[in-house]
Amino acid sequence: MSDMTTPPTTRPAPRLRGRTKAALVLFVLAALLPVFAWATNDPYLVVIGTRILAYAIAAMALDLILGYGAMVSFGHAAYLGFGAYAVAVLSRHGVTDITLHLLAGISLSAVFALITGWISLRTRGIYFIMITLAFGQMAYFFFVSLSSYGGDDGVTLDARSTVLGQPWLENDQVLYYTALALLIGLFTLCARIVTSRFGRVLTGTRENTTRIEALGFAPFRYQLTAFVISACMTSVAGVMLANQAEFISPAFMSWHVSGELIVMVVLGGIGNLTGAIGGAFLALMLEELLNIFTEHWKLFFGVILVLVVLYSPDGISGLLRKLKLGGEK
Amino acid sequence: MTNLFILQLMNGLQFGVLLFLIAAGLTLIFGIMDFVNLAHGVLYMVGGYLMATFVALTGSFTMGLLLALPTALVVGLALEYLVIRKLYHRSHLDQVLATFGLLMIITEGVKILWGSSPLSVPIPPLLDGAIPLIGQVKYPIYRLAIIATGLAAAAGLYLIVNHTRIGMLLRAGATNRNMVAALGVNISRLFRLVFAFGVMLACFAGMMVAPILSVDTGMGESILILTFVVVVIGGIGSIRGAFLGALLVATVDTLGGTFGPILLRMVFDPATASQVGRTLAPMLVYILMAIILFAKPAGLFGRKPV
Repeated sequence: MSDMTTPPTTRPAPRLRGRTKAALVLFVLAALLPVFAWATNDPYLVVIGTRILAYAIAAMALDLILGYGAMVSFGHAAYLGFGAYAVAVLSRHGVTDITLHLLAGISLSAVFALITGWISLRTRGIYFIMITLAFGQMAYFFFVSLSSYGGDDGVTLDARSTVLGQPWLENDQVLYYTALALLIGLFTLCARIVTSRFGRVLTGTRENTTRIEALGFAPFRYQLTAFVISACMTSVAGVMLANQAEFISPAFMSWHVSGELIVMVVLGGIGNLTGAIGGAFLALMLEELLNIFTEHWKLFFGVILVLVVLYSPDGISGLLRKLKLGGEK
Repeated sequence: MTNLFILQLMNGLQFGVLLFLIAAGLTLIFGIMDFVNLAHGVLYMVGGYLMATFVALTGSFTMGLLLALPTALVVGLALEYLVIRKLYHRSHLDQVLATFGLLMIITEGVKILWGSSPLSVPIPPLLDGAIPLIGQVKYPIYRLAIIATGLAAAAGLYLIVNHTRIGMLLRAGATNRNMVAALGVNISRLFRLVFAFGVMLACFAGMMVAPILSVDTGMGESILILTFVVVVIGGIGSIRGAFLGALLVATVDTLGGTFGPILLRMVFDPATASQVGRTLAPMLVYILMAIILFAKPAGLFGRKPV
């Protein structure tokens, strides 16, 4: 019963502070990447880097509900797709401003997440995983059938989004730093959310829903709000991803992508936002590296995934922690 | 119009029994072992490949089937021994991830072993051709054979689950695993049996469907999600729910694709109707699922999730 006598605290937990430090290191390294790419004359690094940053945003958004609210959403690729298609559809009709793209992606995601989340959150456990998966597929099939926007084949963007009417994002470095700025901004927002009263209640629902109810909170509302917030953030990642690839297809929303997002979160360690960012980096780098050696990279990726789950359940950050503990002893 | 309706209804039924064969294994594994197996759909694909290989090897459909079935069982046992049994006590998240990894391994493995060009299996001569069904409507014998086999399998499962000792243990296990273990039943052996049997059922569905579809690496993809929908609609752990859910999903999917645009044409002009129809048809199943879950969060025959 000791947990009930502990006075409520609003200070961030010390563990989060350590992780914030780790995140800072990651951000500084990320900020230096274009310089490194310029020095080594390897512009492709910036292209991969932007992709990693976009996925990092999505993985972090997923971690917000998966890690803190124990909601394993297997349909988050849908929101990635909403963001990406917001860019494609609006650009087709002459609206190229990135603010409007973001706004459209976020609004669409918010509505879809509100409706599907409302239905999905009536269930628990395996049911929740399966239902979010099915809703994700539903969105996927919707875009597959949209033949005016390329259907299954997707659409190529004529140009990237504009900022204040200027084509600044056409420059890969500018796009990279925009993605980094968005990641840092959203990370700060997420870190604020999880340490706020709202975040405390959300974490409480992960641990014990009944107890949260007994304390006078309605868990459903908190969970649904978190679900919608996470969906909106993921659509931001979609907008960045569409701009990076300058090509959008329903493949962005396939359930494999949802699975990969979960892999990123777990690989990095769930329930700490920094881990998701690191996980996105690790997963995509691994993909790139394996891709160099073999066209069957998925085979090895799968083997690594199974081994990580079997032997290091807390992901890489768990592994690091274990090593650190071992070193202190 | 009526003829088309009857034909599509039969196609729906045929698709339904296939879905049921896959979903039955999945729902048993879910319900009894509390285990999420994302790789279940690719086992259906593996079944197709095994069948294509053995039929090509022996030159006979029956011999191919007789060799492919035990191989599928061995595949199931091997998977259980190597990976699955280590995951029973882990969280659903871990299970999802590990089986997602397995899915990647199996899909790529199949591509390496068999290449990525599709294979085909000839329809056995005995079951080739079509017979008149009602009046003018003819239906392929092989598809009728699939329906008959599927229904027989469903009846067999019903008998096993409801009227044998193993079935009793299965039902007891689905209700309270720990109690069954405490009563002295070797639960890990029961799990292994259920898993391997479920794998064999999924593979069997793939074997049956091989002659009418081309066997390729994408065949497990779409059907996997549909089986999840079936299991969730029917209620996790319920064979009866899986059967009803499979027929419901397959009928809605098949009829919706054909008759959706026809019905819509009464309201919209043809161009709009065909676009809206094409958009709605693949989403119908999910809308159906949303409605059912909204009314009954645990599915049609499911117990309330704990």
